[in-house]
Formats: sequence, structure tokens, C-alpha cells
Amino acid sequence: MRSATPWSDVFSFLLEATGETLYMVGVSTVIATVLGVPVGVWLQLTAKGGLRPNTAVHRILSFVTDLGRSMPFIVLLVALTSVTRLIVGGSIGSTAVIVPLAVGAIPFVGRLVQNILSEVHVTVVEAAITTGASTLRIVRSVLIRESLPALINAIGVTVIALIGYSAMAGVIGGGGLGDLAIREGYQRFNDRILWSTVAWLAVLTTVIQLGFTRAARASDRRRHASV
Amino acid sequence: MITVENLTKSFQGVSALNGVTLDVEAGTVLGVVGPSGAGKSTLARCVALLERPDSGAIRVDGTDITSLDGSALRAARRQIGVVPQGDSLLRQRTAAGNIALPLESAGIPGPQRRTRVGELLDLVGLTDKAASYPDQLSGGQRQRIAVARALAANPSVLLADEPTSALDPETTGSVLTVLDRARAELGVTVLVVTHDMGVVRKICDDVAVLEQGRVVEHGKVLDLVNDVASRTSSALLPAVDLNPINESSYDRVADVVLVGFAAVGALLPEAAHRFGVELNIVGGGLTRLGETPVARFRLGLNGERSDSALEWIGEAGGSVQRSLKGPQGVAA
Repeated sequence: MRSATPWSDVFSFLLEATGETLYMVGVSTVIATVLGVPVGVWLQLTAKGGLRPNTAVHRILSFVTDLGRSMPFIVLLVALTSVTRLIVGGSIGSTAVIVPLAVGAIPFVGRLVQNILSEVHVTVVEAAITTGASTLRIVRSVLIRESLPALINAIGVTVIALIGYSAMAGVIGGGGLGDLAIREGYQRFNDRILWSTVAWLAVLTTVIQLGFTRAARASDRRRHASV
Repeated sequence: MITVENLTKSFQGVSALNGVTLDVEAGTVLGVVGPSGAGKSTLARCVALLERPDSGAIRVDGTDITSLDGSALRAARRQIGVVPQGDSLLRQRTAAGNIALPLESAGIPGPQRRTRVGELLDLVGLTDKAASYPDQLSGGQRQRIAVARALAANPSVLLADEPTSALDPETTGSVLTVLDRARAELGVTVLVVTHDMGVVRKICDDVAVLEQGRVVEHGKVLDLVNDVASRTSSALLPAVDLNPINESSYDRVADVVLVGFAAVGALLPEAAHRFGVELNIVGGGLTRLGETPVARFRLGLNGERSDSALEWIGEAGGSVQRSLKGPQGVAA
């Protein structure tokens, strides 16, 4: 029976893994947001009753989106190896994980965004149309601004989901908290590391979730309702 | 100012508009009324350029705006301010921000935008609510902000689609007052689509009655009320036959419609006095159309010169229907 890993070592393990996780998840969230929001907007614009209804485009886009969402992340991780090498110049390490994470999250964000935008009431959108606003302005000032609180929450959901996905990063040497728990904790029977990581993940996701909820609420003007 | 010519529109083979023709003079208020399913909403959506008619034209200042696209369509939309049916304000923007939206669409720079928004808040009497969000406003206040937004880009036509449908009578009054002010102070031409004859009574110069996608009556409200057979008069004037009367106790029974202050106040006593007849009001009552008092009375007359008295009332400006009992007709 080995003696337990000293706490100071556990902390430095956690610190390093947290850095890796936040790096992978952070960068891929930004990419997924930048590319996923337009996908969601496009899905909603081309939908029946959207601002630019186009059944053919909408169907193709929906199909691709749902295909992307149905792909298990671990499969994406290995399937995209050559693409990853092309983009980041290598296929292992934290940076390499960002590519499949972002690719996996774009359709996820796209669908979330479309669902949220479709909730903006048609009267409000039509009122904006009658003011002579361009489609771009309506997307920006009406669809996105009116649903900003929900969109911020959706990004929060994406971050949490990506933290989950990133646990598989170890497969291509990406490191991170999930990898720490599996490799150092589970596979080496190191309960202290395993449970410390689990507890830390719980704290981390709670704090992140709370942050996004706060930000969403701060952006929501409806909370001022006096009734 | 705005004319609708022979507009048709059908949805999946079901005809909603069946050759609608309307004409609204500059600076007047036209009320389009009719039962549910008459095509009011479709007409409103066509005029708001949210729906393209199958055929026909909508002309603003002579130009047909139904077939425009792209930036020309957006420019035409700014000519027609729309107060949509239902809640239409951006909930994430203040009252002032909502009013500014058409100005942003028109590319008007910030400082001018703020001045204009201030003017409009003043027009609708909500200057103190500039920084309030829609959720902090009452239904009537929200609707007044919607009117201000519709007027922001200086449209020549204001279209209001059921502007009072969700409001209580008191709030309805405040919204109608704002519409009336827009016409009076900005000279805007107003087209208001409504199922509520009270709107016509209070602010409309003209009225068009829509039924099954057709205009069945169109004219000046004050002209139409004189025509006792018109739908407008039966909807707007007080009912005359609430109490069954004993017609045999009168030599003549007639319905008269009186429009204007002088007529309502003095005509009947004057007629009775001048011809030495006994003149009783046996039904009907007094109402008001806009600022004009209007009455419909059922009169019972006794005396030799009853016919002359009725004739005189007609000559003096009253609209007399004598078919009820008299030489021109038999007792109803």
C-alpha cells in the first residue's frame, strides 16, 4: 500500500489540469460562439416564418447541424485528427483538442441559438420590419438583443458541456481535469486525486454556471418589472 | 393621400380580400370596421407592407408601393407608420429606445434622434417615462409608445391595427386621444382598423365597412349617419325602438336624425312652436361623434300641420324618415 499523494502535490496537479481545461474550453467556447451564433441565426432566418424563409437551405443546414450534434465526441476527437494537424500544426496536446471541441460545439450552439431566437414574438419582429429596418438590423437589435439573457445562459450551458467533453482530451494527450481524474485517479487507484478532482469539478462548474446566470440577469431589462 | 385600389388577397384558395377600394384624404382619419373574418387584419397587413396582395394597388401620394423590393421597400415602410396589433415593443429597450428604432433604421444621427424622441414622448404625454422599460408601463402607456414609435420617422400615413383591442375603456380614450393629436398636430393621415365602433365614434372622419372581403359602405361618418339605412348609422346612432309605442295616439310618427349643435338644441321646440303641433320624443337619444352632437329621435306628432312641421325640420337640416306613419307610408 502506497502512502497517499501529499496534498501539496494534489493541488499542483489540480492547478495545472485546471489551466489546461480552462484553456481548451475557453478558446473552443469563443470559437463555437463566434461561428455557432451565425449558424443559429441562419437557421432561424431560413426557417418557416423566418425573415428569409428558404426551405432548401434550412433543410440542408438542419441536417448538417443535427449530424454534427449526433456525433459522439470521442469519435470526433479521433476522426478530426488530420484536420486538426492542418489547423494547429499538430494532433496532440491541449491546443489540438480545441479543434474537435469547437467543431463539436458549433452545431450545439447553433441549435440552442435558433431555439432561443424563435422565441422572440412575431409581433415584435414585424413591428421592427414596419419601421423599415434591414434584416441585419433586425437580427442585431431585435432577435439577438431581445434574447440576450437566454443567449448568455446558452453559452453557459455550452461551457459546462464542453468541460464534460474535454474529459476525453486525454485520448490525444490534451490533459485537463477529466484526464487527471481518469489517468492519475482512477487508473492508478489514487482515490485522493480522483475525489479531489470530482469535488473541484463540482465547485468549478457551479461557479461558472452562477457567473453566467448573473451575467444573463444583468443583461435582462425585464427584471425591473414593478408588478 | 393613401388609396387602396381593387385589392385582392387569398390564402390557400380562401379569399380574404375581394377587391377592396378605399380612399383616405390627407389629414383625415378613416376607420375600417367590420365583423371578425371580414378581412380587416389582412387589409392592415397589406397596407403595413407585411403581406403582398395578389392584385391591386396601394398608393401613397400616387405611387404604388405594393411591388417594391429591397431598399425601396424599406423606404416605403418608413412612409407608413404602423401601430401593430398586440404588444410590439422591444422589452429590452426603454420607451425612448423603442421610439428611436425607426430613426436608427432611417440612419438618423444620434443627437437628432434624441431630439425627435423627446418631441414624440411629449406628443404622447409620456416624457417622464422615457427611461422606463415596457414591463414597467401599463398597457395603455405601451400602446402610446407604440404610436410614438410609428410616428418617429415622420410618416405621411399612420396605420393602427386594433389599437385598443386589449385595453379598458378609460385607457382606450387615452390612446385615441394620442391618435387624434397625431392627426391634428402632425397632419398625418390615419387609417385605423378596428372592430370597435367607439373608435369610429370618437376619432374617425370617414368610415369603411368591410364584409367578407368587400367594402360595403364607405363615406363620411356624418353623411352616413344621416342615411338611416346605413350600417354606420344603425351602429352609431341611439336605438329608437327600445320602447314599443302606441302609434295610434299620434297623427304622425317619424324618425329624425339631427346633426350639429343648432339642430339638436333648438330645432324641435322651434318646429312645434312654429306649426302649433304637439311634438313628443317617444324614442331615441343623443350621442356625440367626435365633437359633433348627433341625435336620432322617434317623434310622435299631433296636430293639423304635422306634415308641414316635419317638412320644415327636413329643410332646416334634419334628416326625416316619415315612413312609419303618415301619407308616405302606413303604420309600421
